[in-house]
Amino acid sequence: MRAVSKRFASGVTALDGIDLDIHRGEFLSLLGPSGCGKSTLLRIIAGLSEPSSGVCRLLLETDRAGKIPAGRIGFVFQDPTLMPWSTVVDNVLLPFRLAGLIGSGERKRAVAEIQAVGLAGFERAYPRQLSGGMRMRVSIARALVTEPDLLLLDEPFAALDEITRMALNDDLMRLWESRRPTVVFVTHSVFESVYLSTRLAVMTSRPGRIAAELPIDLPRPRQQALRTSPRYTALCVMVSEQLVRAMAPESAGSK
Amino acid sequence: MRQLRLHFWRTAAPLAVGAVLLALWEIVVRAEGIPPYILPGPVLIGETLWTDGPSLMGSLLVTLRITLVALAAAAILGGAIALLFSLSRILALSLFPYAVILQVTPIVAIAPLIIIWVREPFLALLVCAWIVAFFPIVANTTVGLNSADRNLLALFRLYGASTGKTLRYLKLPTALPYFLAGLRISGGLALIGAVVAEFVAGTGGTETGLAFRILEAGYRLAIPRLFAALFLLSMTGIVIYLVLDFVSRLLLRHWHESAIAEEEE
Repeated sequence: MRAVSKRFASGVTALDGIDLDIHRGEFLSLLGPSGCGKSTLLRIIAGLSEPSSGVCRLLLETDRAGKIPAGRIGFVFQDPTLMPWSTVVDNVLLPFRLAGLIGSGERKRAVAEIQAVGLAGFERAYPRQLSGGMRMRVSIARALVTEPDLLLLDEPFAALDEITRMALNDDLMRLWESRRPTVVFVTHSVFESVYLSTRLAVMTSRPGRIAAELPIDLPRPRQQALRTSPRYTALCVMVSEQLVRAMAPESAGSK
Repeated sequence: MRQLRLHFWRTAAPLAVGAVLLALWEIVVRAEGIPPYILPGPVLIGETLWTDGPSLMGSLLVTLRITLVALAAAAILGGAIALLFSLSRILALSLFPYAVILQVTPIVAIAPLIIIWVREPFLALLVCAWIVAFFPIVANTTVGLNSADRNLLALFRLYGASTGKTLRYLKLPTALPYFLAGLRISGGLALIGAVVAEFVAGTGGTETGLAFRILEAGYRLAIPRLFAALFLLSMTGIVIYLVLDFVSRLLLRHWHESAIAEEEE
């Protein structure tokens, strides 16, 4: 991704000259205050939005037309974004349904994926019968069901309570460690990003820029115990300082 | 237990109010000696309903047929028009104002024209009822088709969904509750449209509907029969509403807030 900028029709510059390399198999977090263009950046990576200038290239396998086949990218929104009229299993099957291929193999994949996110037994439930955390698990299962090479998550746990959030952090960690897709994770939580990532990009707001890139070299597999370890705490402090520094020019400018 | 009591009151309370009002009506009519050609009492109306019932029922079937066929046509054509509107913005922008004009022009005013233009009486009445009934369905369904969740739309795009699949798996399910809400409104309107058209058409038809029987009873000062016909008409409207409400709940029972029983909350 080189010199990517995004200006909206309203004149707001959401992103300004973003240079960012995403490495295969890494877990990259985009950390920044709300309104810094993290989500916009994610949408550009997904191809849901075009940059106003600059280029974003994904080095994924392409089909003969030079396009990335559907299902190579998974996307999880801040809301679970489920279809309320469909059961859990039908929601998870959506990517296959849209690709026009549903067989017993796909059904097995969907059921396995529902199991993987810890929702075995809820296949026939409707989204409204599930809690917020469970709905988010369905959303993650749907994103993973095509076994994507690139998984994009847009503040997926922001609306959840702390306990549910920690449980989902651990599950996401486990799923990533067993399959190793490339993950780009947008968040405004320092603790969450340090806990999950292999690398962190701190962003500033208005206009969105990348202020710092930090490797997070904590040991793996990471578990609950890590949350209280001194190294984790030290990293969190450091990242917080980076974040404060990234936001400083803005607060100075607003005076 | 509390639920059961709530359920009981929901039916018992309105029934009790109705019974009290009917009793008061009967008492006033008898005590004041009001003649039946001005205001008949409920007992006399009940008797008339019994004696004139069979012939009134025949008329009811005529009106009901117009109503139901008009409603079906409104549902199918209204849904189709809304679908066209959602697929082509230009079409929607250019035609929607005319749908509004058709809606706001009082049906009583254009019914005579329609009856002159459309020779076949049944068809003329049908057109009148349809004009009244189709707009809520078009308006509601159009809103519904444009209400799909933005993130879900993005997701469908990400997975390379075709227009057809987006329609089938996202837009149509999203629009269903809106369509059904429109249908419930249209059910009552179709009946009103049929009645108004019959009033205007008068004896033009070979078969006489319930509305014409009301008119006729009025001319002949057969007021008890007028009330009996009115009663049947109201009942018909209520039954149409209840049936549509039931269908709506049945279709949406798994997911839509409107169809989920209060007990679950």
